[in-house]
Amino acid sequence: MTFLLRRLAFYLFTAWAALTINFFIPRMIPGDPVKSLVSRFQGQLSTDAIHSLYVLFGLDSDDSLWDQYVDYWRQLAHGDLGLSFTAFPSPVSEVIGDALPWTLILVGVTTAVSFVLGTGLGVLAGWRRGSWVDGLLPVTTFLSSVPYFWLGLVAIAVLAGPGSFFPSSGGYEPGLVPALDSIFLGSAVQHSLLPAATILISSMSGWILSMRNMMVTVAAEDYITVAHAKGLPERRVAMSYAARNALLPNVAGFALSLGLIVGGTLLVEIVFSYPGLGFLLFRAVSAKDYPLMQGIFLVITLSVLVANLLADVVYLFLDPRTRKEG
Amino acid sequence: MSIPTSSVEQVIPEQGAMAQPSVQPSRRRRLRFVSGGKAATGLAVAAGYVLLAVIGPWIAPYDPDARSSDLLQPPSAAHWFGTTHLGQDVFSQILVGTRGVMLVGLTAGVVATVLSVLVGVTAGYLGGLADDGLSALSNVFLVIPALPLIIIVTSTVSGAGDLVVALVIGLTSWAWGARVLRAQTLSLRRRDYVEAARATGEHTWRIIGFEILPNLTAIIASGFVGTVIFAVMSEITLAFIGISSVSSWNWGTILFWAQSQQALAQGAWWWFVPAGLAIALLGTALALINFGIDEFVSPRLRSAGRSRVRTADGRTVRMRVGFTPVLAPRPAPPVASGQREEAGR
Amino acid sequence: MSEPVLEIRRLSVDYGLGDSAVRAVREVDLTLHRGEVLGLAGESGSGKSTLAYGLTRLLPPPGVISGGQVLYHPVDGPPVDVLTLSPAQLRAFRWAETSIVFQGAMNSLNPVHKISTQLVDVIRAHQPGLSRPARLARARDLLRLVGISADRLDSYPHQLSGGMRQRVMIGMALALEPQVVIMDEPTTALDVVMQRQILSQLAELRERLGFAVLFITHDLSLLVEFSDRIAIMYGGRIVEQAPAAQLYGAALHPYTDGLLHSFPALRGPRRELTGIPGSPPDLRAMPDGCAFHPRCPRALAPCDSRLPTLGPPADDPGRAVACWLHPADEVVAR
Repeated sequence: MTFLLRRLAFYLFTAWAALTINFFIPRMIPGDPVKSLVSRFQGQLSTDAIHSLYVLFGLDSDDSLWDQYVDYWRQLAHGDLGLSFTAFPSPVSEVIGDALPWTLILVGVTTAVSFVLGTGLGVLAGWRRGSWVDGLLPVTTFLSSVPYFWLGLVAIAVLAGPGSFFPSSGGYEPGLVPALDSIFLGSAVQHSLLPAATILISSMSGWILSMRNMMVTVAAEDYITVAHAKGLPERRVAMSYAARNALLPNVAGFALSLGLIVGGTLLVEIVFSYPGLGFLLFRAVSAKDYPLMQGIFLVITLSVLVANLLADVVYLFLDPRTRKEG
Repeated sequence: MSIPTSSVEQVIPEQGAMAQPSVQPSRRRRLRFVSGGKAATGLAVAAGYVLLAVIGPWIAPYDPDARSSDLLQPPSAAHWFGTTHLGQDVFSQILVGTRGVMLVGLTAGVVATVLSVLVGVTAGYLGGLADDGLSALSNVFLVIPALPLIIIVTSTVSGAGDLVVALVIGLTSWAWGARVLRAQTLSLRRRDYVEAARATGEHTWRIIGFEILPNLTAIIASGFVGTVIFAVMSEITLAFIGISSVSSWNWGTILFWAQSQQALAQGAWWWFVPAGLAIALLGTALALINFGIDEFVSPRLRSAGRSRVRTADGRTVRMRVGFTPVLAPRPAPPVASGQREEAGR
Repeated sequence: MSEPVLEIRRLSVDYGLGDSAVRAVREVDLTLHRGEVLGLAGESGSGKSTLAYGLTRLLPPPGVISGGQVLYHPVDGPPVDVLTLSPAQLRAFRWAETSIVFQGAMNSLNPVHKISTQLVDVIRAHQPGLSRPARLARARDLLRLVGISADRLDSYPHQLSGGMRQRVMIGMALALEPQVVIMDEPTTALDVVMQRQILSQLAELRERLGFAVLFITHDLSLLVEFSDRIAIMYGGRIVEQAPAAQLYGAALHPYTDGLLHSFPALRGPRRELTGIPGSPPDLRAMPDGCAFHPRCPRALAPCDSRLPTLGPPADDPGRAVACWLHPADEVVAR
């Protein structure tokens, strides 16, 4: 329990740090983005909305920085992330709420599958050195050196196109209305296949390699020799002794690199115009929609933190040494 | 955006109780790093890129901005990689773009490496409160998704040039290296020769400079290479989504124009394939260098040169843990030992 | 002397292949008799651990066995050459006939599984017919056998002290009542008090169960007390072999003599502590002749050119030595 509490405290601290960074970034923007917005939407903005934007951008310069900071937290506590410029006058939280499920499912599922598959192949490669999986390593190294988004472009060029089974963009058939029926879900799955495959192919090799290296390292541990000496079946030595222990650092590494992976996978959405957070971020950046950008960064960071916490819980179950820590 | 390829952290050598006699003296090991196929290939390719970065703009056959009447032409003798919708030569764009890519990659790599050494080694060596604070700091930077942060910061700075991009990437990507270095410094600090140096009253900075840093060279190098990979990828991403200035050429800019001009829909594969391959080749080369460093630090990881051995009487046996191969010719078996299996005890 | 249970014949073990091969064990002959404790001593790098891992075929790559035979004599039935067993046969043979206690008390247990799991899985692998309660009962008995209370079954290795872990390993080694237990520095990582306790417990268990022990250590003083016979290894070869008391009383090989003078006598008259000058030989560049001659205070003319063979000295057929000071009978030498 102490382990989890300590991690929880750390994530809270990190969340605080991220939110504080988020507070300072817009204060670096030269000029007055709010004023230009106000003039663009002459008369449509309520005074409350204008005030909330000024708080976000730190342009209510009569207040001290500290008061601005307190105000900023008060707004966040109400879930107020400001108004989106591009989807005016929708609040940012609403715009993000629409995009979040797409990303959660696409990135969440592919990341988990990629970790499981890659780790499994890594076990094979590390246990049977010189088997066919070892021959796979150069190929996967090459594939992981390709930017995710470029692989997506190639996938679209080769596999998608008029008349192909794979749609080249979007999250579902344009005419459909999002609902939990079989037609819509089928269309959504069909649209997610190529992006998912792209993410899978380029992110898997890292797990193969790190798991292979851990297997090789663990195979030299004394308890593996003991397991062999005990005459246990090879499968049991490989899985229950070697892979089981090699998994621990790989899970820890998974938690640590989640931030990196998620950043990369978001780009795939851009290429496929997939209606998730990555594509939204792209649109926000193009339109200089600062409140939306900030909101997206916040949500991505918080999601990564939650995923990290989950990974920690998994680690807790895997490693008895963290469970009974005094 | 790829996962840091170096796993040095995980393989910090701890000699098992069954350590075998070290077969190579250290001088031979040092050479082996370069002579190992992977690292040598990686270094050669990376050196080629550095060369291109220097001479690229001079040897480019065309001005990358110059328009011509050859609109959207597939590769030909005149235009090796074809042309864009404005008739610009893609090959020249790639050549000229190499400089920006390498410059940003290396600058960000240097910035991040210096930071990671400062933070990691200080935290590992000083310990105590300083360690707690610095570790928390690097963990925060590790957990916060770097790429979205980089995208947002860069887009806030209007018209970010190469230098700004390099600085932003460098300032946000040092944490992984710092973490690895801290762990290794911590273990070095407890070694006898460092304890001895401290006991004799050597100055702290002298100990770090002469006793600790030299032993971290491989890890620092691998961290540097890893950051360069990350920086190149991030920079190209920024250019691709049109955040950093699109007026100077790099491979991401090419992809940006290809994407925004619907190169895909028009079947102009030559517009985006070369840039992607250039990135992939550079990334692979750098990853190979890191494999070389990993295997140098932890010899166990070396792909077992020969996984099968021939025995004296011509059988082939697989080298594997737990079943040491027997090379001697089989004498006539003293007993048909098959039935022993069922017999058990 | 009783019948042999394990016969090592001209066993050679290499690290690496072809030209880069380093020979760590050179044509070793050694016989373990039923129920005896045979001590194997030597400096680190003498090849004693490599011998143990070689004869059980547990040596990790790049280790290979380049020649010889390891004959195991079951209680009933003809002898088996361990080196010719197929992987499946070897798996069935392991632990059931020869078990091993390794030197790393800390790392020999799988850190992520409970003690019970690790005791039970070896029983299940070799006696698949046994029911789960029966296996657990057996595991409980084994812990009690080595003086650990049965409620420790649910502990993880990190919850046990170093001494307890090593006792668990000993209990595990006896799980299938093997004829031979190989012990590789089993007490090196423990403090002296714990070392004593475990050794006396081991002696008692052997008395009760009658297994033979091949006890490997660099600590000759331990063997003098604990073993029936002692073999000394140097540079990958056995250089002397004798009943413990005789070896302690009158070492024939200068190297053995040096080892004996590296620790204070526990009983009897005080001896001068001299130690052995120099360092163990480099396996890649072994000296010609007797490997010990560069460090030997009594080196003779043939020592640097001709290899002495292991054989009984002229006056005593009960022991063997490989030294030109005590040339063996030409008839006996191979």
